[in-house]
Order: sequence, then structure tokens, then C-alpha cells
Amino acid sequence: MDSPRYPTDQEIWDLARSNGLDPFAITFENVPASVLYEIAAYLIPGRMAHWSYGKAYHAMKMRYDYGLNKLYEMVINANPAYAFLLASNSELENTFVRAHVMGHVDFFHHNHCFHHTGSDMVEVVSRHAERVRQYEFQVGHTAVEQFLDAVLSLQEHISLPAPSVRPRAVENHLRPQRGWSSADWGLQSPSDSIGERQVKPNTHEEEDLLRFIMVESHYLEDWERDVIEMVRQEMMYFWPQIRTKVMNEGWATYWHATLMRQLTFSDDDYIDYARLHSQVTAPLVYQVNPYALGYSVFQDLERRQGRDAIFLARTVDDDVSFVRNYLTEEVAEALHLFVYGADQDHVIVKSRQFELIRDQLVKELVHGGIPVIHVNDGDFNQRGELYLIHRHEGVDLDLPYAERTLRYVHRLWGRPVHLETRSSNKRLILSFDGHLDTKTVL
Amino acid sequence: MALFVPDWSLERKGAKDQRRHLEKIREALRDRLPDLISDESIITSDGKHVLKVPLRSLEQYRFRFHSWQGDRVGQDQGGGRPGDVLGRIPQDGLSQKGDGGSGAPGEIPGIDYIEAEVSFEELAGLMFHELGLPYLKSKPLATLPVPALKFKDISPKGLMGNLDKRQSLKQNLIRNAVAGRAQVGGWKERDLRFKTWVDEPDPEDNAVIIAMRDISGSMGDFKKMMARTFAFWMLKFLRTQYEAVEVVFLVHHTQAREVTESEFFQLGESGGTKVSSVYQLCREVIDTRYRPEAWNIFPIHFSDGDNWSDADNRRTVDILESMLPGVNVFGYAEIREGGYTSTLMSAFSRLQHPRFKTVTITHRGDVYPALKAFFPREGA
Repeated sequence: MDSPRYPTDQEIWDLARSNGLDPFAITFENVPASVLYEIAAYLIPGRMAHWSYGKAYHAMKMRYDYGLNKLYEMVINANPAYAFLLASNSELENTFVRAHVMGHVDFFHHNHCFHHTGSDMVEVVSRHAERVRQYEFQVGHTAVEQFLDAVLSLQEHISLPAPSVRPRAVENHLRPQRGWSSADWGLQSPSDSIGERQVKPNTHEEEDLLRFIMVESHYLEDWERDVIEMVRQEMMYFWPQIRTKVMNEGWATYWHATLMRQLTFSDDDYIDYARLHSQVTAPLVYQVNPYALGYSVFQDLERRQGRDAIFLARTVDDDVSFVRNYLTEEVAEALHLFVYGADQDHVIVKSRQFELIRDQLVKELVHGGIPVIHVNDGDFNQRGELYLIHRHEGVDLDLPYAERTLRYVHRLWGRPVHLETRSSNKRLILSFDGHLDTKTVL
Repeated sequence: MALFVPDWSLERKGAKDQRRHLEKIREALRDRLPDLISDESIITSDGKHVLKVPLRSLEQYRFRFHSWQGDRVGQDQGGGRPGDVLGRIPQDGLSQKGDGGSGAPGEIPGIDYIEAEVSFEELAGLMFHELGLPYLKSKPLATLPVPALKFKDISPKGLMGNLDKRQSLKQNLIRNAVAGRAQVGGWKERDLRFKTWVDEPDPEDNAVIIAMRDISGSMGDFKKMMARTFAFWMLKFLRTQYEAVEVVFLVHHTQAREVTESEFFQLGESGGTKVSSVYQLCREVIDTRYRPEAWNIFPIHFSDGDNWSDADNRRTVDILESMLPGVNVFGYAEIREGGYTSTLMSAFSRLQHPRFKTVTITHRGDVYPALKAFFPREGA
């Protein structure tokens, strides 16, 4: 071979399909590092502006500039999907990255967690960004920024629609403008007054904190409700990615490995590829490398139960069930997993026992590692106060953080807010009434 | 699926939000000023170098789990046995700088610090922005900023246009006389004399700080440090406001005397306290060296307020009252670690005068508010 020929986008896509993958069509774009890191910080191009994205961008870009870290690509879940490749990638790196992207896009297409994510999210976030810009014009940049500070602090506390039995195409077709239908707002029927719909103590729990505040707060202006809904919409789109980090990366890694094996390269390129692959799956000390974990579990599952089993898992599982159902002792041992924890002021290895490792891992993955906060009462003390409950599952909240976040809740609710949690095995209520933080031990 | 290469060169969103984040950090820096300005490394510095201040990147508060409660799963090369120590828990403080120590992958999830470089000027700028000079001596505005140039001196070198003919003639005569010739003539270069000007100190541009400190046995290291910090920033601030700032250092226990700057900050002696002695000396210094018409006078007295007797407190107040009309601001900073009010402070509290300010400093963070109290910004 005189000059090596690398496969085109189309050839890799066809190869992926011949292996049983079913990715959306993919638009590849070469972008300079500053743009790639920008997309990585905002997670989707064209998103609304906020300093927190700038902080992420700064941190990532700095690590890239110092050579500590390099992103090869960013994939956007849309139909057609977008894949942004670093302009300085070599041909081989791009081949490797394209093969990897095939796995991601197939996963977006078929994993059940993504059933509700819209195929046009890039356009949706652009419209959101435009609306936010207009609000900045109307009420001032600072007002919007401060409001976003509050909303973004709670963005993880939404609940996702339950998996639908309807085919996704139909659903998307039926609801092009989600969240703005009046039914969602509950403003249509006159009998449905705010007072009646408010959650009463110990009767019902509202899981979607952000939605509850958006609908029930007496304090918010229209533009503010709109901003909350936009943030919620975007978070609904990102939640599945949080829930399937291990699987998604594992699936993509499994497929870049599989597809690269079917392509022909020069010896030098093989060595380069091997280096890339080992970089991606290199162990991290204080956390589990999701690429390595997902990859190993898929490999092991295929070895034990065949290829159909891994396709089934990629469709119906999320990280929690994936690890709980398929992680075996052999894989945990091969990956050198262990449980560690604090012992006074040191961090020590605690155990290498398989069951402990698996259970601990599952615990970490539940709810994306984010505390579950429910609304218990929207008219607490019959004074319109908000009473939240943290569903304590063994690990306490970071209380200083929780106190500060409660101030944001108050910013949105406008009346005193309370959060019930547990700390050191005691029931505890944190409150903020607009002036004073109080902590009550029950 | 062609490979597009669109033009991204106008994309600036990340950079814009990054700048906003940094702006917000600067705002946060302002909130930390009270702590920063009492940092010893600043006070003992020459005031020129660049400070590296570890700043947290801005927190994004949310509901999250306690970092080190409960176990987690990690990954290693296979060697670690139960009980092996992996590392230390990062302390939630300034000891943990950077991004968690080593640059290796898998850092301890720690606190994000951005090491911000803050130049001394920047810090001072942030701080002095909040200060003002409220009691300027009244003087017609028109005479204010013009530097007064006056020909006052004679020099053998200068510009021909400034030739002092009378003096030059005199020199020529003298030289000829020395040579035994009673005549004018035979001009040489060295006969010439020129008028030279001096910058007449404009009273409005000059200030003197009369720093007084109690060096009695009860003034410990902390009290010394606070006095030093305060005096340091006061001097820096006044230097930004006046062309020339002089400082007179007076110390006292039962007797007062003038000392050098280094002595002022280091002296620690035993003995009692008689505050009137130093106020008396201060009045003498003002009367003899710094006429109130020509100088902006800023006396400042640091003490813990443990004065000798009530009789002396009364004497002190009397002397103080006699000085007040002549000074810009007379400050009394009481530095103490306990919560009681000293007899001196209660004696002073009966004295109501806009040019007399008292503050109490009990910890580092009080220095900045004290400065603000002495130099309130008008309209603030």
C-alpha cells in the first residue's frame, strides 16, 4: 500500500449497519479546539448563555491548553445526529472517533431512556437562547442571570415522563411544542384552582420540584416561568445521558473496538489505535472509568450470552440495572475495582469483595448520583410555605450547600421554604424565610 | 454524510461566558477584601509584587451529597488491600490548592481553585475605591491643583533664559577682585548664575500621619499586627490622595517619645499606660512642625484602652479637644481581644465631634471596616 486509505463517513456508517447497529444519519463537522470545548461545556451548541457554562469552558480549555486532557469528539443526540471532531485529529484518530460515534448514535436511537428526547434539540435550545436574550433586553441582564442562577441550581430535580408504549415518531409528531401547551400549565379548567391542586401533607408527593415551582409559585412572573420551563426541557433531554453514562460509553467503546478490528490498517496505525484505546479505558483511581466498565461488561455479556443479549441490554437497561444485572465477579476483578472510603482524615481501601463493590456501584448510580428531593407540601403551615423532603438513602446531604441552595428555592417560591433531611441519623429541617437560615433538629 | 468545515471563527460564546465568570470572581474578591488586606504577606511586602490569591471558582450551589460520607468504588492496578491508605481527604481550605494536587487522572474530587493573580495595585484599587477623604480643609477651589513654581534658589547651571544677571555680575566682580582687578569683564562660564525654581509645597497636597501606639505590657502580638496593618493601609491610601505624605511615629507607655518606623512596629515594653502623654506630644509635634494651615493632619492612636486612671482619661480628652479643630481626622483604634469596653473608650464616647472617630478592632476582618469608618466615601 503506497498511501493508506481511510474509510469515509459513509463506509463506516455502512459497516456499523452491517454489524447490526442502527444509528441515525450523522453529520460530521471538523471544528477547532475552542469550538469543540465550547460545545462540550454547553453540551449542545447554541445554548443559552450563563456564566456557569463559561466556568466549565474555562476549566476544560485550560486542561487542553496544558496538554492534560484532550477531547476527540462531541456527539449531539439529534436526528440527524451531529458529531464534532477536533480539527487537529489525525486521519486515524478520526476513523477511531467515527467508529466510536456510531455506538453513541445507535444508543441514542435505541435505548429506552431516550424515547422522549426530541430529535430537534439543537433548534430547540437555539430558540431558548433567543428567548433568554429577549428577556435580557426586557428585564436586564443581571435579573436574568440571577434568576438562572436559582433555576440552574435546581435543574436536576425534575422527573421524566415514564417510558411510553407509543412509538417515538408519533409522539414527536403529536407534541411539537412541549411544555407550552396549556394543559401542562393546568390553566384551562376553572375548577383546577391553585389552592385545590396544592399538595397536602402526607398525601401525595410531587417528584418534579422544578415543575411544581413553575406551576404553583405565586411569586413568579411570566418570563420567569418560561425560563424555568426552558431549563426543564433541556434537562429532560440531558437526564437520559446522566442515567446511561456507563452504558453509553461502554457501548461506543465496544463498537469502536469491534469496527476497528474489521478495518485494515498499517502496523503503525494499529499501534496508534491501541494507544488510543488504552487511553480511553485507562483506570482512574477515585472513580470507575465508565468507558472501561461499560466496555468490559458488554464484552463479558456477549461472551456469556451472545450478541443478541448485548443488543437487548442496550435497548432496555439503564446504568443501574446494567451494573446490577450484568456485572460479574470476574469483570470486577479484571478491572481491579474496590470500595474505598474515609477513615478519619485518610482515604483507605475498604474492601474487594464483589457483592460490596457491585452494591456500592449501584448506589452511586441511582438517580445519577444526585439526591432525590420531593415536594411534600406547597401550603405548609397554611401559609403558602414550601416543604421539601430529601429521600435519605444512607448518605447525608452536603448541608452548607443545601442551605445555599435553599436560598435559591426561596428566590423562586417567594415564601419561606423548608427542607427535611437526615444528618448523622437525626431528622433535621433546614429553613430559609428570606432573611434567616434556621436549622431545627427533630 | 459529507464532512463539513463551517466557519466557526466568529463563535465567541464560551469566551463571553468565561469572562462573565471571571468578572463574578472579581466581585467575590471584593467581598473577601477584609480578609485579604490583613494578610501578613501583603503587609510585610514591599507593596510592589503580585499576589497569588487562591480563589475558588464560583460555586454552583445545588443539592448534593456529603463528599466523604459513605463509601465509593474506585479502580487501581490491583495491588491495594483493605486498609491501604490511598491519600488524604482534602481539607476544605486553602491548603488544597490547584485542581486536587497531581495532574494524574483520577484526582480526588476536591475544590476547584483558580489561582488568580492580583497585583498589589489592583487590590489597593478595589479597596480604595470604597474610601474617601471627607474632611478636606476648606480652600478656594481655584487655587487647588496648580503646582506653585517659585524661583527661590540660585544655581551655577541652568537655562540661559533664567540667567540671574545681578548674581552673575557679583560673581564676576568677586573673581576679578580676588585676582586683584577692580573691574567687570573677562566673563567666564563659571561666573554665571541662574535662577532655579522649586516646587513650593502646596498645603493641600501634603499630609502627615501621626501614628501613635501604646507599647505597654498589655499590647500583644495580635494587637501589634492589627496596628501595623491599619497603619500600612492608611499610609498607602493617603499616598494615593496626596503628593507627599509624611509619617511621624510616636509610642508611649507612661511616657511618650518619637521613634523610627521599624521601632514603632516592633517595640514591646512592659509598664503602664498614660495616654495623655502621647496626646501631649502629638500636640507639640503639630504645633512645632506641622502647622494646620499648611498640612492635612491625620493622627491615629492605637491602644487597648487600658489607661492609668480616670483623671488621665479626662486630661486626654481635654488635649484631644484642643487638637481637633486643626486636624483632618483624629482616629482612635481600640484593639482588644475581649468584649469589654475600656474606660478610655467610654471617656471618648462622650466626645461628639465629626472629626473624631473611634473604632474597635477585635479580629482581622475588622481592619477594613475600620478604614472605611475613618475615610467614609461621600454619598456612600
